[in-house]
Amino acid sequence: MIGKYLPLLASSLRRKRLRTFFTIASIVIAFLLFGLAESMRYALQSGVDVAGADRLLTMHKVSFTQLLPASYENRIHAVDGVVDVTPQTWFGAWYQDDRNQVPAFPVKPEAFLRIYPEYVIPEDQKQAWLADRTGILIGRAIADLFQWKVGDAIPLNSSIWRKEDGSFTWDVTVRGIFDLPNGGDTRQIILHQDYFDEAKAQAKGLVGWYVVKVSDGSRVQAIAKQIDQLFANSPAETKTSSERAMAQSFVNQVGNVGKILGAIVTAVFFTMLLVTANTMAQSVRERTNEIGVLKTLGFTNGGVLGMVLAESVLVTVIGGALGLAAAWWLGVQFEPVFRQYLPGFRLPPDALIQGVAYMFALGVAAGAVPAAQAMRLRIVEALRRD
Amino acid sequence: MPASIVRIRELVKEYRRGAEVVRVLDGLSLEIAAGDFVALMGPSGSGKSTLLNLIGGIDRPTSGEREVEGLRVDRLGDGALAHWRADHVGFVFQMYNLLPVLTAERNVELPLLLKNLPREQRARRVAAALQLVGLSDRARHRPRELSGGEQQRVGIARAIVTDPTLLLCDEPTGDLDRKSGDEILDLLQALNREYGKTIIMVTHDPHAAERAHRVIHLDKGLLREDPP
Repeated sequence: MIGKYLPLLASSLRRKRLRTFFTIASIVIAFLLFGLAESMRYALQSGVDVAGADRLLTMHKVSFTQLLPASYENRIHAVDGVVDVTPQTWFGAWYQDDRNQVPAFPVKPEAFLRIYPEYVIPEDQKQAWLADRTGILIGRAIADLFQWKVGDAIPLNSSIWRKEDGSFTWDVTVRGIFDLPNGGDTRQIILHQDYFDEAKAQAKGLVGWYVVKVSDGSRVQAIAKQIDQLFANSPAETKTSSERAMAQSFVNQVGNVGKILGAIVTAVFFTMLLVTANTMAQSVRERTNEIGVLKTLGFTNGGVLGMVLAESVLVTVIGGALGLAAAWWLGVQFEPVFRQYLPGFRLPPDALIQGVAYMFALGVAAGAVPAAQAMRLRIVEALRRD
Repeated sequence: MPASIVRIRELVKEYRRGAEVVRVLDGLSLEIAAGDFVALMGPSGSGKSTLLNLIGGIDRPTSGEREVEGLRVDRLGDGALAHWRADHVGFVFQMYNLLPVLTAERNVELPLLLKNLPREQRARRVAAALQLVGLSDRARHRPRELSGGEQQRVGIARAIVTDPTLLLCDEPTGDLDRKSGDEILDLLQALNREYGKTIIMVTHDPHAAERAHRVIHLDKGLLREDPP
């Protein structure tokens, strides 16, 4: 039905090609910005969504870069409601080139697997990893990135941890590859805490932080308080919070950037509204005579209103679709670059739906006034104008 | 005697120009028979085009009755009037009023977009209309690529493509040289004679008016008719 009017609508856009091009280009940029902001928000939020509500993180009260005594593990385990505990330490790993930074953490393997049941690993690989102190568990993304297979011996470098032999290169063997089918970052390497602690030359008996699993998710706050009380007034006081709260607090800190970006996108959209409305108003003004002709031929006032609105929506949909496509394409192209800092950086489906809604809303809002003017035009007056 | 296709009674049209009220048509009554070819003549500002616009339903009178093909068009609302125009009236303008960004065939197709016709049928009717005005070979040309006479023929093709009974032509040869003007008048005569279209043509040109069966003069809002 509307298809038969498309040549008419398209011809209106061809009338002033340069003006149409610049208007559409501005809309492309607005939607590109929107797409990138949404991709960033998605990347930041995905960490929160997969964080466990029944898991706590116990860190040094001063900073998470300060280490905690390994002896805390048993004391935390003894707290009522605590089911499992594993230490974790930031390994500072890189492979081949120090720009290839990879998140890697030494852990207590059995406890880690119990605390993170969402890690899906074939049983034979799981057993092989548990049995080999120099074995590592790698995420699917790491396996794909470096083309590592189970059984590969890997010289893994650390930018922080020197071994007793003076080397920063740690010889490890890939024993298992894990997936996270329900979401989460598979760009991780998991090492054995025993091997790490024995082989490292410094900070023996110290760990980065503890991951604590509790029996009852509703008691996390009380348990966190209890843990922190255990180490109050000690040389290494702790700060315990839920994994989700920690992730959210990280997002909130970085999220300010997202808010600023969101404000910029809103401003850009508003500017786009004015630019597109101005383009449409000019276009309608230039075609006053033609609108008079169309009405003379039998186009109704409502039909003319619909036509101008459709033209406006066509402009914003073309620009918006190109902008979102560009955002998606950039997400795909730069995902390997951003992966290290923003894993999951991509245009989420809900942003696509939101974007399409914005395209139509922007088109209708921008075309509303010119369309109403065109609708109200009196034929005789319109025909008098050139 | 053929039945009247247009009946106008006591038609008054006034315009406001600031505080002043200008009466363009002053209680005018007129009947035009179906199949007639009428020339409306008169000096500038005499109300010729206003009368044509009122007959075609693109303007509303201050008072009076208008009946076309037995229908009181003055009683129609804006929407119904637009549909009525699309079905029953073809307009030909002095300056052709083609859409410059559309090809000749797309311009001719415009009134058909309002009909519930499949694309093939629209294309057939456009081709037939362009053939009738002798412009089949110029279908894909844009108006700026056509001469004035050709543009006016496209305008006529657009006016007849929906097969209306009434053709309203506002100085159709006013912007053309004598030769092109004669061709347009030939075409209008053929449409009147061979296809039975009722034509009302506003013109300043006595030469053009000679082609009509009937010449009506308008002066100061009143009618005066030449003897047949």
